[in-house]
Amino acid sequence: MGIRMAYIYESYDVVVVGAGHAGCEAALASARLGLNTIVFTISMDSVALMPCNPNVGGSSKGHLVREIDALGGEMGKNIDKTYIQSKMLNESKGPAVHSLRAQADKMEYSRTMRGVLESTDNLTLKQGEVVEILSEDGKVTGVKTYSGAIYPCKAVVLCTGTYLKARCIYGDVSNYTGPNGLSAANYLTESLKNLGIEMFRFKTGTPARIDKRSIDFSKMIEQKGDDKIVPFSFTNTAEDIQKEQISCWLTYTNEQTHEIIRENLDRSPIYSGAIEGTGPRYCPSIEDKVVRFADKERHQVFIEPEGNYTNEMYIGGMSSSLPEDVQYKMYRSVAGLENAKIVRNAYAIEYDCINPMQLKSTLEFKNVKGLFSGGQFNGSSGYEEAAAQGLIAGINAALKVLNREQVVIDRSSAYIGVLIDDLVTKGTREPYRMMTSRAEYRLILRQDNADSRLTKIGYSIGLISEERYQNLLNKEKMIQDEILRLENTNIGATKDVQEILDKNNSTLLKSGTTLAELVRRPELSYEIVKGIDKKRVDLPDDVKEQVNINIKYDGYIKRQLKQVEQFKKLENKLIPSDIDYNNINSLRNEAKQKLVSVKPLSVGQASRISGVSPADISVLLVYLEQLRRS
Amino acid sequence: MNTDTIAAIATAVSNAGISIIRISGEDALSIIDRIYLSKGGKKKISEVNSHTVHYGYIIENSQVVDEALVLIMKGPNSYTAEDVVEIQCHGGVVVTKRILDIVIKQGARPAEPGEFTKRAFLNGRIDLSQAEAVMDVINAKNDYALKSSIKQLQGNLLSKINEIRKNIIRDIAFIEAALDDPEHISLDNFSEELLTHVSESKIILEKLLSSSDEGRILKEGINTAIIGKPNAGKSSLLNVLLGEERAIVTDIAGTTRDTLEESINIAGIGLNIIDTAGIRKTSDIVEQIGVSKAKKWIEEADLVIYVVDASSELDVNDRDIISLIENKKAIILLNKIDLNIKVKEEEIRNITGKDVISISAKEKLGIDQFKDTIMHMFFTGNIDFNDEIYITNARHKQAIQESLDSLEQVVRSIKDQMPEDFYSIDLMSAYERLGTIIGESIEDDLVNTIFSEFCMGK
Repeated sequence: MGIRMAYIYESYDVVVVGAGHAGCEAALASARLGLNTIVFTISMDSVALMPCNPNVGGSSKGHLVREIDALGGEMGKNIDKTYIQSKMLNESKGPAVHSLRAQADKMEYSRTMRGVLESTDNLTLKQGEVVEILSEDGKVTGVKTYSGAIYPCKAVVLCTGTYLKARCIYGDVSNYTGPNGLSAANYLTESLKNLGIEMFRFKTGTPARIDKRSIDFSKMIEQKGDDKIVPFSFTNTAEDIQKEQISCWLTYTNEQTHEIIRENLDRSPIYSGAIEGTGPRYCPSIEDKVVRFADKERHQVFIEPEGNYTNEMYIGGMSSSLPEDVQYKMYRSVAGLENAKIVRNAYAIEYDCINPMQLKSTLEFKNVKGLFSGGQFNGSSGYEEAAAQGLIAGINAALKVLNREQVVIDRSSAYIGVLIDDLVTKGTREPYRMMTSRAEYRLILRQDNADSRLTKIGYSIGLISEERYQNLLNKEKMIQDEILRLENTNIGATKDVQEILDKNNSTLLKSGTTLAELVRRPELSYEIVKGIDKKRVDLPDDVKEQVNINIKYDGYIKRQLKQVEQFKKLENKLIPSDIDYNNINSLRNEAKQKLVSVKPLSVGQASRISGVSPADISVLLVYLEQLRRS
Repeated sequence: MNTDTIAAIATAVSNAGISIIRISGEDALSIIDRIYLSKGGKKKISEVNSHTVHYGYIIENSQVVDEALVLIMKGPNSYTAEDVVEIQCHGGVVVTKRILDIVIKQGARPAEPGEFTKRAFLNGRIDLSQAEAVMDVINAKNDYALKSSIKQLQGNLLSKINEIRKNIIRDIAFIEAALDDPEHISLDNFSEELLTHVSESKIILEKLLSSSDEGRILKEGINTAIIGKPNAGKSSLLNVLLGEERAIVTDIAGTTRDTLEESINIAGIGLNIIDTAGIRKTSDIVEQIGVSKAKKWIEEADLVIYVVDASSELDVNDRDIISLIENKKAIILLNKIDLNIKVKEEEIRNITGKDVISISAKEKLGIDQFKDTIMHMFFTGNIDFNDEIYITNARHKQAIQESLDSLEQVVRSIKDQMPEDFYSIDLMSAYERLGTIIGESIEDDLVNTIFSEFCMGK
């Protein structure tokens, strides 16, 4: 790299490397906060590219998108503009696990997001490969591109996704490219290592794409979207974005499929050892599923359209790195795919990423000031996880340049907080995916109340408009007033009340009660008791929903709020950044080492590090008190 | 920052003197109000002056448990700077434990290792110069609590708790896998299955809890190892002490292949007796295992009882044993004095420098003298054991109780037809609380179970 002549090109406040889902959010946040921002992409045709599944959201990922929107990010708005089918998952379950998922028109999604970037002030979009991070005295000073151009800057956000030293593999075919045959970024890893950054090598994969015209849908089960859709963005109403939806299709693998796979396992690069990267357990390739769950007779296969103006169909559930000829036989053994024409082969992809424990909770590197990172580069997986980190990294890079206080979202406030805290405190040995079970306070972290949890933070950062903020305050007041009214509305055991109860299989009243108590009954709801509620004023749908949930699950919610209170006590006990753990003799050695390497911001974060015991935390508290007093 | 109320036994637990149960925290006064009855029956402790002592009774369900002196020290002028109550009683080990249980039932939490000291420091009652010492205390006590807790867990308790936890985590993993991937995994009819699982777990935990009321979660008492060469009469001695034919007694050397554990009570002092296999150089593999265990038990024992066969000469095996017990508190019993004596008291006393008592287990001679020696050693403080065990026991009981409460909540949620995601919240609490007993934190158990047991993903 040193051979090419280097020269100063242009200066920026913030440089974002990569324009995938993380890079787009980072760049938009920075530019919207008024900073002169440039975002580099390997190809102008790959902005906000969806190289794998054609959907956004899903269990817990839907929560992330709502949270991104509540903070002032773009993903929710973009999918609302470009979705082709929308579904609320887990509707029959509790509100905490309702999750929105939308099928995207991939090309539209990418094109629309690019349009947003192009029309944002202070934002420059540029095709080019960043090959070196420049720094002085442990502080970022700029980046250098492949052509030798130097861009001096005050902060850098790395969002390189799966492009670093990427290699795509199926069978014995191996291409040194990023996803979809795009160029890989082969030089940056070296520069990062020179900065003392520890790298990991991870792997993921994608299934084949098949020509719609070659699929026999009559052998499959149609999967339609919801009649009444819910938008991702709190700025949209259902009516704003309602449209004709496109179906997905469900089919299954069978014994023959599994036989083909088993017979050819020795030709799989994973089983032959040709792939060294660590793959995710939650999205196993079809060969993994067949091996690990040998007793399952069939596996589900979802056939999902990639867009309105393409014949490509995504074969969900059958990602693979088997050789081309085996893939051909394997896909064709599935009902409805007998004559399938494969447009793109399935492949596995390996790439360099970092050990995320090198990051602070702000997503800034501990050892390089001004260097931030987000997305798959941090060891996560998924568009939504990427976007969430990109947003926070971009916000904090900007705030740093502006000399403003950094933003850390804690585990009790958002899935975004859980995601980042898990990554930086516990680290990960496989591509990390969000799951609702990772959130200990999930009854509070619902997708329906992301605005109440985060929009105020977005407003104080400067990404939420005054108008949107006022709307939220209004909404919250309506919710509070209505809950109070229901708690204080007495209901007697009158004839019409008993009739409604009887009709809904609910125990008849023996004495008076309140409307709220009735709403709490499992078989009743805010909507059902409408007939008994003489003074009801019609409220907006989202307000009604909040009133119902907050009353109905009041007991559980209060219990979690109590736990959150406990959690916050330790979370608010901050640890000075210059603390020397080696000075604390009573700490066990294992705890010392872990604390030195993680550098937790708070006692709460310290308590979540594996290898740090409750007794170590007690010792730490005593030590901090000693520091405070002396 | 800690406002909850903690309790522990603050003195060495023995049957001799006075025991003190200490309570600290904002509920300390209201708790003592509920369990204290003055002689006249009218005094309310919460209304008395600070730093005063009150005579009366500790009661439970209107029944007197013990008479006691109650000391009141209101915060901030107390050891921890919180409201502190000390209950002094003299009813012995059983009553002391019972009063601690009552205090916990009334809302106090068993103190963590070193917690009183920690609070005292954090609340400014201990001088800055003592900080290092405070940290040392916390870690040392915690170390001991952990070690003793695992070591003293009744064998089947550990496996029962492990099994319940395994079942719970699998159920949570199933629910969570289904929530995460609703299109692959269905929860239809699962609540009935779960109800069965939870009910089974509840029965086991309830049994554990009711047996724990007899103090059997952890073995409390002085860990005592009975050692000696094969056929020196260890098992016979144990049988005499137990008053029953518990160990197998034969004339063939090496009959006790494994260690036997028994709890006996000598004048109110609890001894956990380990009857070890005879120590001698052996080529028998089964017996070798017993021997190495015996060596381990000597190391861990608070008291060693070394039984010497007076009817046969001291040999290389005896010398091995003598070197093993060199630095231990030990009593040497010269057994079989009813036979032809080849080893004299003087001889062995000179070699070992320990108390030597001549007995005949067979004829029950010298047993009373042996018991007196144990009592003397205990009451003069020559043998003791770590009292952390009592508070650890209380913590375990509470953990089991809380797990039971959580499982009860799961049952209620199922009956109320709450959505399935609510079940896993309380299942997880039960899982976590049980984990504290066996010293395991949750880490990534759930995610690992989900991925290893259920096939999911795109």
